[in-house]
Amino acid sequence: MTYQKFVLRNIGRKKTRMLLTMGSFAVALFLFGLLVAIQNAFYQGVDMAGADRLIVRHKTSMVMPLPYAYKEKIGRIPGIAAVQAGCWFGGVYKEPKNFFAQLALETEEFRRVYPEYLMPEEQWKAYLGDLQGCIVGRKLLKRFGWKLGDRIALRGTIYPGNWELNIRGVFENKKQEDDTGAMFLNYKYVDERSPIKGLVAWFIIKVEKPENALAVAKAIDGEFSGASFRTLTETEQAFQSDFVKRLGNIKLILMIIGGVVFLTLLLVTGSTMAMAIRERTGEIGVMKTLGFTDRQVLALLLSESMAFALIGGGLGLVLVKLFTLGGDPTGGMLRSFHLSPLNMLLGLAITLATGIGSGIVPALGAMRLSIVDAMRRV
Amino acid sequence: MVRIDGRESNNSLIQVRNVEKLYHRGSETIRVLDGLNLDIEQGEFVAFMGPSGSGKTTLLNLLGGIDLPSSGSITVAGDEITHMSGPKLADWRARHVGFVFQLFNLIPVLTAFENVELPLLLTRLSAKERRQHVETVLALVALSDRMDHYPRQLSGGQEQRVAIARAIVTDPTFLLCDEPTGDLDRHSGNEIMDLLEELSSQHAKTILMVTHDPAAANRAHTVLHLDKGVLVEAGQGRQQ
Repeated sequence: MTYQKFVLRNIGRKKTRMLLTMGSFAVALFLFGLLVAIQNAFYQGVDMAGADRLIVRHKTSMVMPLPYAYKEKIGRIPGIAAVQAGCWFGGVYKEPKNFFAQLALETEEFRRVYPEYLMPEEQWKAYLGDLQGCIVGRKLLKRFGWKLGDRIALRGTIYPGNWELNIRGVFENKKQEDDTGAMFLNYKYVDERSPIKGLVAWFIIKVEKPENALAVAKAIDGEFSGASFRTLTETEQAFQSDFVKRLGNIKLILMIIGGVVFLTLLLVTGSTMAMAIRERTGEIGVMKTLGFTDRQVLALLLSESMAFALIGGGLGLVLVKLFTLGGDPTGGMLRSFHLSPLNMLLGLAITLATGIGSGIVPALGAMRLSIVDAMRRV
Repeated sequence: MVRIDGRESNNSLIQVRNVEKLYHRGSETIRVLDGLNLDIEQGEFVAFMGPSGSGKTTLLNLLGGIDLPSSGSITVAGDEITHMSGPKLADWRARHVGFVFQLFNLIPVLTAFENVELPLLLTRLSAKERRQHVETVLALVALSDRMDHYPRQLSGGQEQRVAIARAIVTDPTFLLCDEPTGDLDRHSGNEIMDLLEELSSQHAKTILMVTHDPAAANRAHTVLHLDKGVLVEAGQGRQQ
């Protein structure tokens, strides 16, 4: 026999209680995983944001355009490696429920500005050489069963009319969990057919040195401070973060839900552990007579509550990981729905802490109990 | 030899000097043991008798290092245990004392083998050595064929034999038995007493036993009577 076996025997002494306790951990950790995956999906853009990219938009509002003519002036500011104009396209593929992100960007600087998107050389060339060309992420291609070279049609909402596009490339992302559920089309194609020409929603700036990003941002806004279209330049991360904040404080809401779940779990399992230990007071006394020290008794009892937590919580984490591997359950709203290894480790750490928290009070009581008092309760 | 007069003796395995045990209940002080002296030599089999509340179990608890006297000293094999700290006392118990209880107190989720092995987890023995020790003592208590049984699958007498095996598996300096036949029928009780006698006579184990049963006490070498916390009489058992 080993201590591990002894711990497992003890936690299995009441099967129903064991299953219910482990089930509580499993459900809580499954929910934790879901909340984290949802948060990842919301903040994916923030996490992906490059430290060397800035976004220039209208100072008043994100929905107000800027003149395309600003591009040349911006490009002359020192410290800038590349400038790319872009806008949100917002087309509908067959039905509104088939939502996915579509961004119209200038193609020439694309690879320089977004080096994280990976695609074969010949596909880049094909994309650059076709005004009606578009590139799609691997996930998006799979979602609609498209193939490279397919011609698809989008119904414009911001830019009215039917828009026919040729799939010229399929991109991956350097970070596997990052989104490949979006489409990029050519800004020039959109601008050409737009009734009001020469307007952009934003400029994406690639700075030469990330440490100079703030100085460059200041210089850009200074350049247009007296213009009729004043600019607000911020890091891509700040821009994305601001975008998510418009939906509400998602992080806080998810943290509150998660906190309540774990507090409830702590109370329920704490009460279970207290009951389980109280029932064995006499046995604990016997173990002390055999020579087990108070600390060994404490360690054994805490190991039991940790075993409950790790087995139940581990099961919950495995199940939620399998669930997230199935991809976005909403069909487009949570494009980067995933759990990273770090998220899993955090889940395990929280489980372990909850396991210790639920067992510590009754285990300390058992540790402090004198043998004589314990034996009286046999 | 067993003495209760407190005179110095060089051969004592257990030496109890002027031990008092007081309990406080509100403003009332209850004197459970009152200036008790006792000397027990190696290999003795001693029975303690006396009415309920006379202090028998309290004395056993003090001798086993699971309770501390209010005053006085207890020395076992040269170690004065009355001033030992908690962890040191736990280590001392593991090496020197084997406990046998009235209600057997086996761990229900462990088999007979594992119950006996439990105190050996505190030693540095390898798994193979532990197995050898456990098999030896289970053979000694005639339960080799029941080693994979759980306590609920054993009779009361068998459970108590497993408890005795657990008590002797570490080869302790002495055994403390608190009413070892108190929860058994006459036949099983006799079997347990046969086993304790065998441990005393053939394996030279020092055994201290509390009992209400005169027949069980009569198997001991020496019978001591406790009354109101004082050892009032020393008698000879049948085997002396």
